[in-house]
Amino acid sequence: MKIRNREEGQETQLNMTSMIDIVFLLLIFFVMTFKIVELEGDFSVRMPLAGNDSVAMDSTELPIKLRMRADELGRLTSLSLNEIDLGQDFDQLRGNVISLIGTTTPVEGDDGPEIEIDTDYNLRYEYVIRAITAVSGYKDGNEVVKLIEKIKFAKPRR
Amino acid sequence: MAEGDLTPMIDMAFQLIAFFMVLINFAQTESNDRVKLPSSQLVKPPEAPLEFPIILHVAKDGEIFLGGDSFTAETLRVGLNNEIAVIKAEGKSVKDANVVIRAHKDTAAGDVQEVIRVAQEVNLENFALRVKEDRS
Repeated sequence: MKIRNREEGQETQLNMTSMIDIVFLLLIFFVMTFKIVELEGDFSVRMPLAGNDSVAMDSTELPIKLRMRADELGRLTSLSLNEIDLGQDFDQLRGNVISLIGTTTPVEGDDGPEIEIDTDYNLRYEYVIRAITAVSGYKDGNEVVKLIEKIKFAKPRR
Repeated sequence: MAEGDLTPMIDMAFQLIAFFMVLINFAQTESNDRVKLPSSQLVKPPEAPLEFPIILHVAKDGEIFLGGDSFTAETLRVGLNNEIAVIKAEGKSVKDANVVIRAHKDTAAGDVQEVIRVAQEVNLENFALRVKEDRS
């Protein structure tokens, strides 16, 4: 029997076209969905409803009160910690917090000092976060030193 | 027919695919375009994911997004009740849930407080204020 079209030594060539099509499709998909990841973290705030709060209040001494005032545009105008005016200086706020709690070693468990943030309604949230950053700790090299871990908000002002 | 050598091109294409595949992060789907988080130097990405997160996006004008639906501070309670129903159906209590608040940095602080107040009224008590890590 004679087999037609058989030539000795013919090189078989893979057809690459379809593979390249798929590869480029995949490539375009991954390029489009690519997004640089921004690392995010949380400040945790434990705030049960005020009713059961009175029991917890007894265990801590005086809560530290931070008052934040804003102008009409939502910019910070002044900070005051326990009625001591601090201007707009977050570093000074941190210094005062350190001297208030007397120690820079963190207190274990739920017995740490507590801060209540009382802010004007239209103050920008960014400033609140900056204040929380200032009172909750500071960076010492790569180590984070914690100051106040219990944060709560006062009633919203209208 | 003269064919060019495709091997280097395919090598490069596969390299690129591998690169983007490794870096892709589907977990980022919880972000919202209208929210630009404030940043802080103190936060670290959490080691373990939060239990039962309820993610609330608060846009600059105080509009709240929960799972694709838009709410205001007054109507948010309905959305939260739905979330709580899901948590209860899994046999856990409301106290186990974590409310993750992703608020835009220029939102009025009072709007965020309103969100917290509404959540407190449905007995949620663990809140996390999500911020961007600032490594400068």
